[in-house]
Amino acid sequence: MICDRRSVSYVNLIWSEESETKEKGADMWKARPEDNKPMTMNPTQPAQPVPPLAAATTPSPSTPAPHKETPKASEPHRSADVGHIGKSVQIRGELTGSEDLYLDGEIEGSIDLRDHTLIIGPNGKIKAGITARDLVVHGRVEGKVSASGRVELRKSCTLIGDVSTQRIVIEDGAFFKGAIDIKEKDAKPESRKPLAAAAISGSGMSSGEGSGITYSAAPASQGSFLDPK
Amino acid sequence: MSSSGHNLKKWFRGAESAETKSTGPGKSAPRTSRRCIGLGELLRNLKSAGEQKLSVLDLGPTSPANISFLTGLGARVFNEDVLREAQDPGYLVKQEDGSMQIDPSKFFAANLDYPPDQFDAILCWDVPDYLPEVLVRPLVERLQVMLKAKGNLLAFFHTKDAGPESLYSRHHIVPPDVLELEPIQGFRLQRIFNNRHIENLFKDFASRKFFLGRDNIREVLMVR
Repeated sequence: MICDRRSVSYVNLIWSEESETKEKGADMWKARPEDNKPMTMNPTQPAQPVPPLAAATTPSPSTPAPHKETPKASEPHRSADVGHIGKSVQIRGELTGSEDLYLDGEIEGSIDLRDHTLIIGPNGKIKAGITARDLVVHGRVEGKVSASGRVELRKSCTLIGDVSTQRIVIEDGAFFKGAIDIKEKDAKPESRKPLAAAAISGSGMSSGEGSGITYSAAPASQGSFLDPK
Repeated sequence: MSSSGHNLKKWFRGAESAETKSTGPGKSAPRTSRRCIGLGELLRNLKSAGEQKLSVLDLGPTSPANISFLTGLGARVFNEDVLREAQDPGYLVKQEDGSMQIDPSKFFAANLDYPPDQFDAILCWDVPDYLPEVLVRPLVERLQVMLKAKGNLLAFFHTKDAGPESLYSRHHIVPPDVLELEPIQGFRLQRIFNNRHIENLFKDFASRKFFLGRDNIREVLMVR
């Protein structure tokens, strides 16, 4: 969503620049009646100075400006509907929320993001019970984890505690100590594959392939929560 | 002709790179696979037990394949990397002679803390061969208590012929009865158990079945 806002503000900048050139043009060339009418937002005010970025990307008539320089795809965890807690943040207590959260700091207490995704970054150190829809762990978690959707343990992660989830993805190299309980799928309809009990990514997957066990194709088809949406 | 030769070369180069991919620096060591009769029998026993919700404890390093396979069977999977935990210097206490040794009570206060009759099966792999001496007997005693009646425990023991440089491995189950062994550096074989040692160690179990593999690994399936 931030991307959208940036693109909107960028369009505004282009707009002001265009209006400025039009005004300059009005000085240089013979003024036409239509020049005075619609182009400037506020003709009484002087044209706003154009920041260098906009100046460097002056739109040519052949290339439409908004498409020429779209905002960079920002990291998904920084998008507007994903909260972000940085690595220097330490929290003790209860953390609840109604949006996805990227957590790279230290938390002691409990985390409740019942219907949302929680991503523990590589610097994250969590000593808390976690309830979330989906959980991706890169850092360290000590505590009971309950996820109604999927749990992903990435290769750099350490998880000490019991996990209760519908689906779990464990990368080779992840350290896990505790119990894994695969919950039965609720009657509540979800757009997840029904047969999947557990899905494994990384090289561990290869050992299971062709074994007659029905693994979910989730790792390949669904990708990561960290992938740009 | 030359193009087919080129294709052939390309083919072999491709195969070569695929092979070295898994053995490159920083990657895990290449895996070897072996048929495991004990595992096959353990899985058959589990299926025939007809339990609705099995509980299986894996004492090896976290294996995604094992977790996937076992949860696919509908089992609740417990994982405790006992050997890695035993490396933690926090469990060391100073002895009277000044040496440092693991304190079993301290170790088991933090590890394998489960109620009795919890598990239908325990995958012990070759952990006893690499575990510090002071932990071996308490570990086996604890495992015996944690197993349900008629529960199965699978353990591997190296024979003399396997040699002292035998690497500790992470075991990945490839159903129905194959194991992929992924060597893990940093652990040294501590001892060689002979059959009598094993029988003494697991004397409280109702039955013990021995299977000797071609790779000088003795598989033992214990039933409580």
